[in-house]
Amino acid sequence: MFYLDDIGRYVLMLKGVFSRMTKRSVLKTLIFKEIDDLIIGSLGITIFLAFFIGAVVAIQTALNLTSPLIPKNLIAFASRQSVILEFAPTFISVIMAGKVGSFITSSIGTMRVTEQIDALEVMGINSLNYLVFPKIIAMLTYPFVIAIAMFMGILGAYVAGVYGGFVSSTEFLSGLREEFIPFHLVYAFIKTFFFAFLLATIPSFHGYYMKGGALEVGKASTSAFVWTTVVIIISNYIITQLLLSQ
Amino acid sequence: MIEVFDLHKAFNGEEILKGITTTFSRGKTNLIIGTSGSGKTVFLKCMLGLFKPEKGKICYDGEAYSELDEEDQRALREKMGMVFQGSALFDSMTVEENVMFPLKMFTRQKKDEMLHRVNEALDRVNLDNANKKLPSEISGGMQKRVAIARAIVTRPKYLFCDEPNSGLDPKTATVIDNLIQEITIDYDITTVINTHDMNSVMEIGEKIVFLKNGNLEWEGDKTQIFKTDNEAVTDFVYSSNLFQKVREAQLKGL
Repeated sequence: MFYLDDIGRYVLMLKGVFSRMTKRSVLKTLIFKEIDDLIIGSLGITIFLAFFIGAVVAIQTALNLTSPLIPKNLIAFASRQSVILEFAPTFISVIMAGKVGSFITSSIGTMRVTEQIDALEVMGINSLNYLVFPKIIAMLTYPFVIAIAMFMGILGAYVAGVYGGFVSSTEFLSGLREEFIPFHLVYAFIKTFFFAFLLATIPSFHGYYMKGGALEVGKASTSAFVWTTVVIIISNYIITQLLLSQ
Repeated sequence: MIEVFDLHKAFNGEEILKGITTTFSRGKTNLIIGTSGSGKTVFLKCMLGLFKPEKGKICYDGEAYSELDEEDQRALREKMGMVFQGSALFDSMTVEENVMFPLKMFTRQKKDEMLHRVNEALDRVNLDNANKKLPSEISGGMQKRVAIARAIVTRPKYLFCDEPNSGLDPKTATVIDNLIQEITIDYDITTVINTHDMNSVMEIGEKIVFLKNGNLEWEGDKTQIFKTDNEAVTDFVYSSNLFQKVREAQLKGL
């Protein structure tokens, strides 16, 4: 019953987010600020993680190819598939649930504790629209982060595979192009858009409806990370089942 | 003028406000006093429209808030200014941006005009050379002034203050009290202040409402409060050592 109550409140929150819009000129400024905080601010960690994940995937694949009958270009093929299908969209989104999610929850939660949200409401401003809507719009640019993660992951695989002496550059590049299905990219970006929405709204929900003081802000951040991760993992399964299984 | 009729508010079945009826006049500093947990903040938040009362109504110059549609309620809220206990300034904005915020949201003024209004409001609260500072870079007293400037920049008809001098030293607290009183008179607005500071009561208590356990126990002004026989009020007023000694001296005829 408790979870049903929370789901109901989450849906009502979404209704509140898209009603009584804030003045357009103010929203524009807020959206650019959120893009800077949530997207640009996440590029460094994303590039770092994706590069090394790609590198590790390439090394793990190479070390497990013990049969001489299996062509070496499979290293590139396996790295590409792993990075595009799962590591970039899902793994990076789980990391972002920690980085972006806790930032959103703690910033909105602190505004709740220090009565800044009450101040907005007293002024007659729809605080949900003012605080959450710009985050949702900013997160629409999140697929660009994932595209960069995909590129960096494959680059990491190339560097580890080729410079680690596991595969030649020619073999890697041929494996990279082998049996490429463009729909896999479409699938990856569809789920990225969905995860972006979850990354913006679930932490906002936990921050907006939190009660208490500084300690509860910390607790809300933790529970926002846990729930965002859980929902991302479950929806990843459902989207994969719907889009990839015949 | 704000009129409150038979106001009831409960949380989880526990009644916090138990039928309050009173009036707050325009051009006067109206104080709500009482011990912690007496329902002062809930009462104030009901008047601000942040809490919806279970029963009763609040009229703003004859307009009952609960009888207005959502759009009119929002329009009425734009006529209200609020100074929160912790100032509630937006951390990421400078002093100037904080005060300009309501103007940006609700007017179509050019930046120059808005800046003029902001400087006017900051001058009114005697705050100089702080425009570009962040709230974290100024003192608690200065934060309160900025909060007052933000509340009055739109020229509200109703000003609400929740413990405006809590956490301030007595001298700064007096300055803030006097500032609120001056603004009330100059702008001819209805001001309601939530406090448990007896110095404020003595300084600016033109109308005082005393709450106890969610009931309106007593109302009067700053001269009457020291003469009343109401036990709950005298307990509250003479709870500090200083006032106790004054009381003892009075009783001894000194």
